[in-house]
Amino acid sequence: MLMKKTTRAALVAVLALTTAAAWPRAVSAETVLRIGMTAADIPRTLGQPDQGFEGNRFTGLTMYDALTGWDLSSAEKASVVIPGLATEWKVDDADKTKWTFKLRPGVTFHDGSPFNADAVVWNVDKVLKQDAPQFDASQVGVTASRMPTLASAKKIDDMTVELTTKEPDSFLPINLTNLFMASPAKWQHFYDKAEGADAKAKSQAAWTAFAKDAAGTGPWKMASFTPRERLELVKNANYWDKARVPKVDKMVLLPMPEANARTAALLSGQVDWVEAPAPDALPELKQRGFKLYANEQPHVWPWQFSRVEGSPWNDIRVRKAANLCIDREGLKDGLLAGLMVPATGTFEPGHPWRGKPTFEIKYDKAAAQKLMQEAGFGPNKKLTVKTQTSASGSGQMQPLAMNEYLQQALAECYFDVKLDVIEWNTLFTNWRRGAKDPSANGSNATNVTYAAMDPFFALVRFLQSGMAPPVSNNWGFINNPKFDELVKKARQTFDPAARDAALAELHAASVDDAAFLYVAHDVGPRAMSPKVTGVVQPKSWFIDFSLVSMKE
Amino acid sequence: MLAYIARRIVYVIPIVISVALVCFLLVHITPGDPLVAVLPADASQELAAQLRTAYGFDRPLPVQFGLWLLRALHGDLGNSIATGRPVLAEVMRAVSNTVTLAIAAAIIGFTMGILLGLIAGYFRETWIDKLATSFAIAGVSVPHYWLGMVLVIIFSVQLNWLPAVGAGPNGSNSWAWDWAHLKYLVLPAITTSVIPMGIVTRTVRALTGDILSQDFVEALRAKGLHERGVFRHVIKNAAPTALAVMGLQLGYMLGGSILIETVFSWPGSGFLLNSAIFQRDLPLLQGTILVLALFFVFLNLMVDIAQAAIDPRIKRG
Repeated sequence: MLMKKTTRAALVAVLALTTAAAWPRAVSAETVLRIGMTAADIPRTLGQPDQGFEGNRFTGLTMYDALTGWDLSSAEKASVVIPGLATEWKVDDADKTKWTFKLRPGVTFHDGSPFNADAVVWNVDKVLKQDAPQFDASQVGVTASRMPTLASAKKIDDMTVELTTKEPDSFLPINLTNLFMASPAKWQHFYDKAEGADAKAKSQAAWTAFAKDAAGTGPWKMASFTPRERLELVKNANYWDKARVPKVDKMVLLPMPEANARTAALLSGQVDWVEAPAPDALPELKQRGFKLYANEQPHVWPWQFSRVEGSPWNDIRVRKAANLCIDREGLKDGLLAGLMVPATGTFEPGHPWRGKPTFEIKYDKAAAQKLMQEAGFGPNKKLTVKTQTSASGSGQMQPLAMNEYLQQALAECYFDVKLDVIEWNTLFTNWRRGAKDPSANGSNATNVTYAAMDPFFALVRFLQSGMAPPVSNNWGFINNPKFDELVKKARQTFDPAARDAALAELHAASVDDAAFLYVAHDVGPRAMSPKVTGVVQPKSWFIDFSLVSMKE
Repeated sequence: MLAYIARRIVYVIPIVISVALVCFLLVHITPGDPLVAVLPADASQELAAQLRTAYGFDRPLPVQFGLWLLRALHGDLGNSIATGRPVLAEVMRAVSNTVTLAIAAAIIGFTMGILLGLIAGYFRETWIDKLATSFAIAGVSVPHYWLGMVLVIIFSVQLNWLPAVGAGPNGSNSWAWDWAHLKYLVLPAITTSVIPMGIVTRTVRALTGDILSQDFVEALRAKGLHERGVFRHVIKNAAPTALAVMGLQLGYMLGGSILIETVFSWPGSGFLLNSAIFQRDLPLLQGTILVLALFFVFLNLMVDIAQAAIDPRIKRG
């Protein structure tokens, strides 16, 4: 009897102990989200990522914040700029080159140091002030060009900072989404510890150390970093925006540049989420219960026309005919398996900068043929045009196949399209050199895709005459006084709603002028395990990982 | 022997300098902007010029080469333009991953190749020979990236036995010879091993057949030497040539395979080279090519010395 009682007591004790031990584990089981990126390496982690917007998506907006940010909460509405580390901002009424930004109180960097006006000045100086100790040439290229008019920063008080631009520029708050705030205290810690022959060498060593142990103010903190293999981020439970404290404990980023490898990793359960799965695997992914997400991105896949003397595209009838001769729905449903949005301009309806163009870009072969005949071309007199493109490249989607589709389509409207296929980086370099440069190789159009996140990137650099090479990307030397006037108007309109209206006017004018051959927008396809929930894919290059949960 | 080794080392010096020159020039004469990794296409001329000066790309090519070579001799291959990390550290880390993969692939490929080659050579013109030769031909002919994908589909996607990509589990920052890491190695190593397996099989088969048909083998057998003894003679005579072939194959494997490493996202030198090319990261590209070329030269030197040690006739030649 005694034995029985002892045994029972022991069993109860063991059961109680094991239950007690198991309970906290079950409650606190770590949730991990593993993502296969298209990048071949982890984008730079020191605050200003490389690898374009994929870099910003994964190592910018995760670990860092900027003064302004993007609203990524809706899949339906266009993503617009919202307050970030600045709660409000205002341009000086008397001097439109001076802006005052009020900073968000109570924000700390991951290392515990406070975010304040000194930190903003320090971060502006890291890319603009060459004699600042923290100036880093490697971060300048990916920053300065995205905020071309920003000149300097000055502290007003701990929570107020003044930014100055080289000329009045209402786009500044939008451009500032690209300037991520790194912790000056953490950097200084590494600088003080660094060994080096001089201040420059110490600075470089400090940035190298910072990249391995970074500190921003973002919703994710760096936990472990193995270059070229993985970056592990953990949630920042103290994130200032409580609605955006991550729901997942850990996020692991894995570079997988090959689409089939990414898809196989997802199918085998090695990752939970892949960017840009192999298009031909989409049916299998769907059939096996994986979820697919895609949405219109601010991205344009165009032909940019040469407008230099003698270019066949100088005739607006020809430009309009080309735009009317492409069956974009056919391109979407056939070649691209649904992974594109037909382009009817740089911005589509619903976007605040769309405007009301009178020229409707659609498939109307008869109208296109009529326009070409009016311009003096026909079945027996074709117009020869030459386009420079690449066989691959970031954002280029499927350039060769798509261009061959265009070649066939345009042939029906009396175009004889020649393709000049060159390597992607060379095409990119030639883009800066312009249509008059020998590198254009006689082409009168170029096919370089572009991001359309902000007005400068989306419109100004292509349409303003002053942006012609070597200044910027007006490759075709467009010189239209109306565009220049509208750019000036938009830049100098500081009320956000009025500025958006001015940008819409500029966009509508560019569509009415058939400034480009607008073909497609990318849709940022991604596939993920059914365990991943809460995903909102906005109309943006970016996505908010904070909203994502993992089912057991 | 020492004189032979010294002579071979002296021969290597001009080769190394030529290799350095060629890899420096290769990346400079290709079109495109060397700053494409950090310089967006819409960057102003002023910014481009500022960065060009900061990275030293504004200086004349001979000066750039001289400075680069001088730094390289001191073990400094500069910093990657894209990541800012020291090139040497990047390359050595990648090379160590490739060496791990190459060793595993060499063990599989050479063992299988020698075995199949000997069997095929001993049983020439029989069905055994035909089977072994078919394996060898398949090994050489099948596109290895395709084979890699097939293996991934079977063993990762369908059976879920082995990981499809990567070089180790989450949270692991270095390689270890345990199953948690080794399972990441299995598929890329098998894929990498098929070409050396095929080539070694064919070489050993041809050598074995050739040696077995020589008079001295008949003489050995006539003198009553046991077949095991004959086999030892065959091995000894075949070894120098087989060793040279294996050395070259090992060199190729140490060079990394862009395709295999990309298919498996194996962070080796091929994968690194792929990123360096796509990012047009010139210092990284130059550094990677230089280190890999030096590996190749060094390996050839080792093979030459090993051959001479096994077969004294070689050093006389």
